[in-house]
Amino acid sequence: MKWFEEILGPWKGFAVTFRQMFRPKVTIQYPKQKRQKPERFHGRHVLNRYPDGMEKCIGCELCAGACPADCIYVRGADNPPEDPVSPGERYGFVYDINMLRCIFCGLCVEACPTEAITMTNLFEMSVTDRIDAIYTKDDLLVEPDGTPNHPQPAGPLIDLDELRISDGWMRATSPAGRAEYEGVVTWSESAGSRESRDASHEQDPPSGDVG
Amino acid sequence: MNEFWLVVVKVVIAFVFLFGIVIILIWAERRIVALMQNRIGPNRAGPAGLMQTLADGIKLLFKEPITPRRAEPLVYLTAPILALLPALLIFLVVPVGAPITIGDTTYDLHVTDLNIGVLYFLAMSSIAVYAVVFAGWSSGSKYPLLGSVRASAQMISYEAALGLALVPVVMYTGTTSLAGIVDAQGETLFGIFPSWNVVLIPSFVVFLIAGFAETNRAPFDLVEAEQELVGGFHTEYSGFRFALFFLAEYINLFNIAALTVVFFLGGWHGPVFGPTLVQYLLPVVWFLLKTFAVIFLFIWARATLPRLRYDQLMEFGWKRLIPLSLVWIVLLALTFGVRRFGVPWS
Repeated sequence: MKWFEEILGPWKGFAVTFRQMFRPKVTIQYPKQKRQKPERFHGRHVLNRYPDGMEKCIGCELCAGACPADCIYVRGADNPPEDPVSPGERYGFVYDINMLRCIFCGLCVEACPTEAITMTNLFEMSVTDRIDAIYTKDDLLVEPDGTPNHPQPAGPLIDLDELRISDGWMRATSPAGRAEYEGVVTWSESAGSRESRDASHEQDPPSGDVG
Repeated sequence: MNEFWLVVVKVVIAFVFLFGIVIILIWAERRIVALMQNRIGPNRAGPAGLMQTLADGIKLLFKEPITPRRAEPLVYLTAPILALLPALLIFLVVPVGAPITIGDTTYDLHVTDLNIGVLYFLAMSSIAVYAVVFAGWSSGSKYPLLGSVRASAQMISYEAALGLALVPVVMYTGTTSLAGIVDAQGETLFGIFPSWNVVLIPSFVVFLIAGFAETNRAPFDLVEAEQELVGGFHTEYSGFRFALFFLAEYINLFNIAALTVVFFLGGWHGPVFGPTLVQYLLPVVWFLLKTFAVIFLFIWARATLPRLRYDQLMEFGWKRLIPLSLVWIVLLALTFGVRRFGVPWS
């Protein structure tokens, strides 16, 4: 019967391709239909504020130092005493990210001591001019009420609500400086959202001995 | 004079019909192959993506037609036209439906019925080889040249098998006119089975396989092997000249499928019923249905089979197909001879 199988063999392929016609398609109709993003998705950055509207960035340039693609430019400045921009001595006066160079590794988010820079779920950032790919502080910083900014207007492709969802990996692993906070979410679940931020700030530290 | 205008009208209808068919064909091929690969395929332009081919064609029209510096201009410019012409000409003899009688006159649904239709088809498909050879040679580039060398060898060897596969059909029906061949398949066996020429199974299989090779389609698409030859003979062509090659390729596909139907699957024959108008339309519907079934087979094979190696292709053509058809012709000839003249020793 070997000759029989030899003759039949090539025709089995036809059955396979015919069967595939009725199987579900793997294509996602992208602009209409969006795939569920993984929780630790690395998308566009945002610069966050404290609940009272103060900027979290202190202009320390640790993010710029950590950046392997060298795409972040930060220049700090002293806070004006009568009208401080951020709590503490300094604030980020200039904050630029060159999105053409950014590799979305998230090392800036890890380096940030004040959780000022976080990543979101938005990745639709195509531009028609190279200069538009350099995001300035105006584009990155959220409004005092928590509304994120984006250089392009919202449209069928750009869902600005995705800027409110922050990267889950940072939420899960940020030690928040002290060992007792390990694994505890002490900061905003979604970037720029006031309600969740308020909730997380009311949370008590896990153990009494702080220091 | 009246007859002249009739032919003009028929030619225009055939022309428009072919271009409409090509639009549907390219869309169908892309959609079906996509389905078989668990994709969706073009579905954006027009309803279900039907206008995709039109959009592509318009895009190609606006592209710059490039002539390479080392090309032979005259031959280079003739080749695309030479590719399209035989493709259009073959269709002229294909009967797409039963003759229609309006008043006293009977209109045949083919532009012309040559009494040497089979030979005409073989001659025209041989001319198509020249287009490929000219295009490859005149481009002045190595990949097109390699593609056209392969093409000439492949098409000439499978031309032989194609011709030999048609000999039994001619012997069986006793005519070389395509309308005559279709007419001969009109009766039924035992009242139920249509007496199509499929009974000549070896011929049918050989014709189909040689048809794959003639249209340069997978698994015999060595001529335009994208992975090895960067597109083969039409690598250097751009703009509408490339579109002409593309058009010719798909018209050829339709022609081969239509001729398979004419030679082996009973042409436009099928159950006919209903009022007069429906009776005129149904044969055309049957013809198109059968043709598209054959085209589906072509597309299905493309989605299934990998490309043959060059030596395998040659070996298959010369050592399998041609001997098979020759033996089959001899067998049939003996049978017909015995049936007509009796056994020689009696």
